[in-house]
Formats: sequence, structure tokens, C-alpha cells
Amino acid sequence: MSLELLVTLGVFAPLLGAAVAGFFGRRIGDIPSQAVTTGLLFFSCAVAWTVFSQWTWGHLEPFTVQVAPFINVGDFQSNWAIRIDALSAVMLVVVTTVSSLVHLYSWGYMAEDDSRPRFFAYLSLFTFAMLALVTAADFMQLFFGWEGVGLASYLLIGFWFKKPTASAAAIKAFVVNRVGDFGFALGIITVFWMFGTIQFAELFPMIAERAGTGWSFLGYEWSALDLAGVLLFIGAMGKSAQFFLHTWLPDAMEGPTPVSALIHAATMVTAGVYMVCLLSPIYEYAPTAAMLIAITGGITALFAATVGLAQNDIKRVIAYSTCSQLGYMFFAAGVGAYQAAMFHLFTHAFFKALLFLGAGSVIHGMHHEQDMRKMGGLWKLLPVTYAVMMIGTIAITGIGIPGHEFKFGFAGFYSKDSILESAFAAADYSPVGLFVFFIGLFAAGLTAYYSWRLVFMTFHNKPAWKEEHAHDHAHDDHAQPHAQIETHSEPLHDDGHGHDDHGHHGPLKPHESPWVMLVPLLLLSVGAIASGFAFYEFFVGHHEHEFWRGAIFTGPENHVIHDSHEVPTWVLWAPLVVSSIGTFAAVYFYVLREGLARRMAERGGPLNSFLSNKWYFDEIYDFLFVKGAKALGDLFWKVGDVRIIDGLGPNGAAWASLKSAARLAKIQSGYVYHYAFVMLLGVAGLLAFAIYAWGA
Amino acid sequence: MGAIPNILSVVTFLPLVGALLILIGRLTTKNADGLARWVALGTTLVTLAVSCVLVAQFDPSSAAYQFVERYAWFAGAEYHLGVDGVSILFVLLTAFLLPICIAASWTTIKDRVVDYMIAFLVLETLVIGVFTALDLFLFYIFFEGTLVPMFIIIGVWGGANRIYAAYKFFLYTLLGSVLMLLAMLWMANEAGTTSIPELKDYVFGGWAQSILWLAFFASFAVKMPMWPVHTWLPDAHVQAPTAGSVILAGILLKLGGYGFILFNVPMFPDASVLYRPLVFTLSVIAIAYTSLVAFRQTDIKKLIAYSSVAHMGFVTMGIFAGNEQGMQGAIFQMLSHGLISGALFLCVGVVYDRMHTREIAFYGGLTSRMPWYAAIFLMFTMANVGLPGTSGFIGEILTMTGVYEASTWAAFVAATGVILSAVYALTLYRNVMFGEITNPALATIKDIDLRELAIFVPLIIGTIWLGVQPGLVLDYTAASVDAVVGGWRLATGG
Repeated sequence: MSLELLVTLGVFAPLLGAAVAGFFGRRIGDIPSQAVTTGLLFFSCAVAWTVFSQWTWGHLEPFTVQVAPFINVGDFQSNWAIRIDALSAVMLVVVTTVSSLVHLYSWGYMAEDDSRPRFFAYLSLFTFAMLALVTAADFMQLFFGWEGVGLASYLLIGFWFKKPTASAAAIKAFVVNRVGDFGFALGIITVFWMFGTIQFAELFPMIAERAGTGWSFLGYEWSALDLAGVLLFIGAMGKSAQFFLHTWLPDAMEGPTPVSALIHAATMVTAGVYMVCLLSPIYEYAPTAAMLIAITGGITALFAATVGLAQNDIKRVIAYSTCSQLGYMFFAAGVGAYQAAMFHLFTHAFFKALLFLGAGSVIHGMHHEQDMRKMGGLWKLLPVTYAVMMIGTIAITGIGIPGHEFKFGFAGFYSKDSILESAFAAADYSPVGLFVFFIGLFAAGLTAYYSWRLVFMTFHNKPAWKEEHAHDHAHDDHAQPHAQIETHSEPLHDDGHGHDDHGHHGPLKPHESPWVMLVPLLLLSVGAIASGFAFYEFFVGHHEHEFWRGAIFTGPENHVIHDSHEVPTWVLWAPLVVSSIGTFAAVYFYVLREGLARRMAERGGPLNSFLSNKWYFDEIYDFLFVKGAKALGDLFWKVGDVRIIDGLGPNGAAWASLKSAARLAKIQSGYVYHYAFVMLLGVAGLLAFAIYAWGA
Repeated sequence: MGAIPNILSVVTFLPLVGALLILIGRLTTKNADGLARWVALGTTLVTLAVSCVLVAQFDPSSAAYQFVERYAWFAGAEYHLGVDGVSILFVLLTAFLLPICIAASWTTIKDRVVDYMIAFLVLETLVIGVFTALDLFLFYIFFEGTLVPMFIIIGVWGGANRIYAAYKFFLYTLLGSVLMLLAMLWMANEAGTTSIPELKDYVFGGWAQSILWLAFFASFAVKMPMWPVHTWLPDAHVQAPTAGSVILAGILLKLGGYGFILFNVPMFPDASVLYRPLVFTLSVIAIAYTSLVAFRQTDIKKLIAYSSVAHMGFVTMGIFAGNEQGMQGAIFQMLSHGLISGALFLCVGVVYDRMHTREIAFYGGLTSRMPWYAAIFLMFTMANVGLPGTSGFIGEILTMTGVYEASTWAAFVAATGVILSAVYALTLYRNVMFGEITNPALATIKDIDLRELAIFVPLIIGTIWLGVQPGLVLDYTAASVDAVVGGWRLATGG
């Protein structure tokens, strides 16, 4: 079978799975639906690894499979296509690997749910949209995938649709992403009129000659490529939850945990990073836009890390962690180290999916408890989960032995250090290089602190669950989910009561998860340990040029990746030192002086409330946008339409005469016919007059 | 396939023949209601089949009018029919939606079934007539004629406040048409012909153009409807029976857009440039303003009606963008909106038939009782929001692309509609479908039945198919739009 055909089948397999489970899931039953979707996903995964290994170790050349025409109007030409190059090969592997493992994991995690076919259909639909996104050869298909994953995200966040918080979070995610897409769409259109094409292959070679030219937009003269770059980046900000447009991501944790792992950690949220790297030909010639990306990424990395310090919901800690790590990727891309950004995207997918699924295993074992303050001491009862969470935490905190010649550590060590080294090296070209380097360095300390804090609160410390849980666990209160995050009980069954196999009402007995959940965790652990070590040379090391083969464009003056290998030794060691400080702080507050942090949090203080309230973004946005839109809507409706337009128009003078006539007519039956007849006569009369007048 | 002689006359007047059959049936049989339903369904299906033949035999590579029939009529006016790549698709849309309307009314209309079916068949003839007419006065007769059956449909089978709605509808639309009639008289006098193709070649003076343009604009703007003459539409929709809303939103609104493409742009090119800022302004106000108003509605139908006004804003700005993307996008948006808004009104009809209220607050949590309905309603909600992969996306992105060239400001404001449509549409969906069922009246509500499913299936297929393969439409309209846009650019030296 030709590779083209194989790739096509691999991309469409999840769509087939989604259709089967979605349309016929009720008829064929739960297990067949799960088997079909999961089986097809593993097929896609095998295809992806075939392509990736041929790309990495073989001599595969970039190619594009043309599937069908899409929108063709004048120069606005787009096609359904599958573009294979280094970037899409990496993304294919990331997406299908995490997705197939999440499918498998969900067999166990969702075992009690009544709508499993629907769940698996959504997961597969998401995967298809994501594959369409990463293999797009033009902006229209990219946008299709972009919004398609948004739809799947909406459906999955709102999967437990009876929970008001879930449906609110689903809308929020969709709408905030639409704010990003507003910029994205304008960016695409700007590119179209600037270059007369939306095909990447035609567009990229034309960009250099546009550099330095101007473009008129909204009455101002802008630097053409910077304008396009900024508009497109707004889309990336929405999808990847960057500062200002990040508010949807923590709320998205309302979705089932496998969804959080797949969509809101490993794949969809990295689409923005992918897009910026894909559009490196634009950003290389758009210094202002690139600087904006670097600054936004840096701020997000820091901001989300600070908020992560003060969260008590296990999923929200990881969600803010994701947000922060995405910030790292963006500032890497912003300073020109696209390769490092993609490398971190790659390794992060494994260890972050691992952390999320591990947290899911904890939540599962704790009977849907998500509040870490109600956990503790779980390591003995959930040994495998504990082990993989340790692996994930070591990976994200980037502990490892640095060095110019020899280095060793888990996945995150390679990629995060590569980002920081690139940022430092970029100081020679980019005015913000040093700024993001120090921000990234500091945030690395925070990362270590909140990551270990999570482990200690969950697995160490004194168990906080025995006495507390006796009354709290009753499954019959699923029908009225609590408004506070702390008491969310996760799965909410279609009938509100569920056939819960551990629906006991006695004291809580946390338990290890079934093997169908542990196997994906173990496989992801392999990735979290080895993906950095194994692929360092290809992504950012000495083979990077051969590996990327032009998929990432670096301008003639961009030597960031090269220079990142020659930074001073202290730059190599600094992240380890800072991470260690963060780690020791966590040990001090949560192990040595157990309970100290909790007492401090309870005492409150402005900093604590500022952080635990997430810098009050939700409150400010609610006031500005939600209340603002409602007030404007009411104004336009009740004053604009009713009082002014109708008041002056039909309800005013002109209307009055007819109205009295209508009142008269109401006495009779069949009045409508009379009026219809009169109307007809009127029309005929006018017409007769018209013909007479013209004929004369 | 053999050619059908005078196929345009056949497709135009077939429904009228059906109406006559129903009239005869009333005189001769007892079960006139049942007969009326079946005859109406049969007639509309045959009309659909004939229009499919029409489309199959049409040559989309040519911008010329095809299947032309031209006979002398009276007083210099002619019986002159023909279709181009634009109008033929509207004929098809009309023929496609009518059987759906008949099927949707199958059990819900119980009073005066015979009159109801006749009204719909007459309406179909008149609407198809508008799209096939190539003579000024023939066009005028069809165009104004549509008012009468629609007025009756709202006025007789409408809701409690139907009289107010029917008059508001009538008052607005008549106001515009008087001006249009006067303009037509002027044109016929000056150019010495009533043939629309000939009038397209006639060059009117600058001053005349600016007056005539406004007269036509008044009529078509009301029909679209454009802000600020849109307030008749929500009332008309709320009062109209479900099928009435489908036909109103699906087809009658498009008469305005079709009119702009047939008259304003090709016949008054200079005036179209002159007034373009006005059109853009009104269009983007319609998009942002009515989207916000839609967000605050408490009646499902009213919300969707306001959303229609917002979507028509994309159409008007696209038509006057002055490039292929804009006008192709506008036409696509009209056809797509015909499917989507029709389907949304049918979705409202499903719950209205069961509960007899359209108050959003009455509903909530329907998904757990009506999973299939939930899936269908969600699909059309997403199409309404313009999700790529549905037909709703194509029109929006193309019109925004088109208008960007003429005015980045207009494109910018229009793009806010992308955000706002998500706000109101998803909020509606949540309030009706998500959550627990708290209203005891809903505890036994039933999911859609086979008849309802059969109504939705063609609309679903159409919406997705056009969303993935928009070329089905765009390839038909390309040649005619190129001719119109090219002519416009030539005439104005742009």
C-alpha cells in the first residue's frame, strides 16, 4: 500500500470511528463502540509512527495528498489535503499516541458512564479534527480543524450536560476561542489580500519580498507582516489559552479527566504553538509580532505558575501548569527558537498527559474527589499511580544533569532547558530574550514548587479523607452538583443516579485503578522518561537541520538554536538550581512543616486571595463583557428597536390609522381575507396605473 | 434526459396546477383535507424533480440566461422567462424547501387545510416566478404577489397576535414596493424596454442612477431585512406557523438579496459605488446590533429571527463588496441560510408542537429526553454559528474576505458577529437543552418521530454537503457573478 493511501486512511479512520459510535452506538452497544473507536485510533497511531520513523530515520521527502477541492472563488483557492512534513509528522505522532492511549484509558475511567458511545464518538471526532488541522496545506483547512477541535472541546467539556458548571464552562471555552478566531479569521483574510493566496506552499516563498512594506488596516498604516502575524497570533492565544484569553482553560476541567489530558493538555491547546511554528516564514520577517509572542508567552508562563501555587483542585493545578508550559513554548517561538518550542510541545504532551491521567487515576481511586486537601497518604494504596506521578513530576520540573557535552534527565529537562538556553542566546538578536529567560527561569522554580506540592498533598501527608468522606460521598447528591469547585463530584450519569460499581456509602476506601487505565499510564511514562533523551539530537541538537528539512524556516540572521549550545555554563545550571529551590520549598511547607501552608492559606491575606482568585480575571471579564453585552443588548432591543424604530415607524402615526381599521375589522369573521383582497386590489390598481402611464 | 419544452413555465406554474387540483378536490370529495395534503406534497415533489432536471440541463460555464421563453404580452410588457447561474439555484432552493414545509405542516395544521395548502402552492409559483422573470412588470407582479399568500398564512394560521404582525409585515413591504414601481416606470420610459437583460446593458445617467438605486434599495432592504427596517421580521416570525417561518426566512428574505444582484448592482453601477458606504454601515450595524438583541431574547423564535437579520447583514455587505468573493459569498450565504434558518425554525416547531410555547425559560434539560433532537438542534446551532464544515461558514468567510478589500472597518465589525453569534446561539442551546429537567411538564416529552426525522434529513445532508463541497454552488454561480462583478468594475472603471 502506498504511503499516501495509508496516511489518508490514518487521517480518516477516527472520523469513521466517530460516525459509527455516534450514529449507531446505541444500537451496537457500548463495548463494540469502544472497540471500534479505539481500534481505529490505534490504527491511526501505527500509521503516524510509520510516517514519523520514516521521516526521522529514513529518507522520506515532504509530500501532500490532494483529497478534494474545498473553497474556490477567484484567487481564493483551498483544497482538502494532507500535508506531510516534519511538523505534521511530529504532530501526527503526538496526537494519535496520546489519543489512542486516552481512548484505552477511558475504557476504565468511563466504565460507569451511561453515554459511553457518545463519549468515544466525541473523542474520535476531536482526533479527526486535530489531524485535519495539523495536516492542512492551506489556511481554510487549518481553520476547519481549528474550529473543529473547538467544537469537540465544547462537546466534551459539556459532556456531563446536566451539570450547570459544565455547560457554562463549555460555552466559555467556545466563546473565548471565538474571540481568538475573530483575529485569526481577519489574519487569514489579510494574508489573502496581501499575497493573493491562502496556500502555504505558494505563500511562504513570497513572504521575504513583502518584508518592510506597509499595509493599511482600519485607517492606519501598519507594517504588513507584523499586522498579519499579530492577527494570526490572536487566534493562537485563544486556542492555547495565553494571557488575556486563558480564562476558559481552568474551567474546561469540568470535562471528564481523559478529555483534559488529551485536549486541554497534550494536543488541542498546543495548536497555537504549532501554528506559530508552521508560520515561521511570516514571523521571521515580523519582528514586532514575534516580540509580542515572546512577551505574551513569558507573561503567561509566569502568571499561570503563580496561580497554580494556590489552587487546591488537583486538575486545576495541572491546568494552570499547562497554561504556563504553553507560555514557555510561545516565548521560545517568539525569540526564534521554533525547534525548541516544538520539542517542548512534543515532550510536554507525554508528561502532561501522564500527569492528567495520573490525576484521573487518583480521582477515580478517591471516588470522584478532586480537592487535594481531602487527599493525602495515597502512595501506599495507589502505588502504580504514585510511581507514574513521580515520573511525570520529575519530567515537568526538569531535574537532570546539565552539561555541554553530556546531559541526562527526563523529557522535560531537555526541552525546557533548551528553551531557556535559546532565550538566553536570543538576547543577541531579540530585545526580549533576556526578559523571557529570567521569567522562564523564575517560573521554573514555581513549577517545581506547585508540582511537588501536588504530589505531597495527594500522596504524602496524613490522610485527610477517612472521617471527612463518610458523609460526603453519597452518590445520590449527584443530581445537584455543588457550585464550588472543591466539592465537584465528577461523573454525572445520564439518569443522575448511575449504576456505580463502587456506590457504597461507607467510609472511603481509595483503590488503585484497573490495568486498562494503568497500561496507558505506564506507556506514557516511557515517553515522559525517554522522549527528551531520544529525540534531543533531532529536534534541537546537531541533526535538527536534517530533521526539520525546511518545515521550520529560520531567517538568515537567526542562529538561536546554534547559539543555544554555546551559552555560558551558569545558564545550564541555573534552571536546576532554581527548580531545586522550588522543590525544597515544597518539601519544607508540605513535608517538614506539614500543615503550615494550609494554616497560612486559611489565614488568607491579599496575596493568597489574589492568587487563588486567579488575579480576578473572571470577575473583571464578567463585569466588562458579559454584563456589558447584556446591557447593550437590552438597550438596542428595548430602546433601539421598540421605542425608537417601532415608535417612530409602524406604531407611530402611520400605524394609527390602520390600527383603528383593524379593530373595526375584528368584529367580522374572515377579516383577513378581506384585507388580502383589498391588498390584491391595491396592487392590481397600481399595476394598471403603471401600465397605463407607461403605455401612454 | 429529454428536454422538457418551456421548462421554466412548467416549473413556475406546476404548483398552481396543484392548487387548482385541490380546489377541484374540495368540490368533489369528502376528505378534502387528506387529499389536499397529498396533492400538495405530490405537486411540490414533482416541481422539485422538474427543477432538478432544469439544473442538470443547465450549462454553468455560461453567464447567459438559459431556457429563455419570450412572448409578447400586453401593453408592451413581455412574458419573458430565463435563468442564470444565480437564479437557478434559488429556484432549486424554493422547490427543495416547499415539500419540507408541506410535510412539516402535515399534522400540525388542522384548520382550513385546503386553504393552507393552496396558499403554499400559490406562494411557490409566485416565488419561482420572481426568480425566473426577466421582464420588469412580470417581476413586479410575482414579487408583490408573494405578499398576499404570506400575509394570509400569517394572518389565518398564525399565533395570538397575528393581526398586528401581518399588518406590520404588509405595511413595511408595501412602502418599499410603491417606490420600486415608480422606479420601474421611469426605467421603462427612459430605456424603452421592460426586458431586464436589455436594461442591464442600458446606461442610466448618474443622477437617475442615484434616485433609481434608492427606490429599489427601499424595497429590497425591507425584504432582507436590513437595519433599521427589520422590526417587522421578528413579529412576523413569532406569529407565523412553523412552515410559514421556514418559507419566510428560507426564501422570502432572499428576494431582497436577489433583487440587489438583479437590479441595483448591474443597472446602477455608479450609484452602487456611491451608496456602498451606506450599505456597509447598515450591514455591519445589523450584524453587531441584532446579534446583541438576539442574545437578550426570551422567545426562541424571536431569537432566531434576529439571528436571521444578522446573517443577512453578511449578504448585503457581500453583494456590494465589488469582487467575486463578496458576491459569491453573499449568494452562498443566502442559500445556506435558507437551509439553516429553515431547519432552526423547524427545530422550534418540534418543541412548540409538543408544548405550545416558545418561551426559553419554559424549557431546559431536553437532551436527556430527546437525544436525537438534541443532536439535530446542535448541528444546526453550529451551522448557524458558522462552524467550518457546515454551509454557514462558507458564506461568512467569503463575504468577510470580499468586504475586506473594500473596507477593512466593515470586515472588522462584521467579524465580531463571529463571536456574538456563538454567544447567543450557544446560550439558547444551553438554556433549552442542557441541565436537568426541572419543569414537570417536560418529564414525558417525546423525541422526534420518523416524520420529523425525514424532514430534517435532507436539510442535514444539504448543510454538511455544501459545507464540505461548496463548489456545488460556487461553480454554478461563478460565471454569472463574474459577469455582474466584471460589468460593475468595467462601468465604474474600478
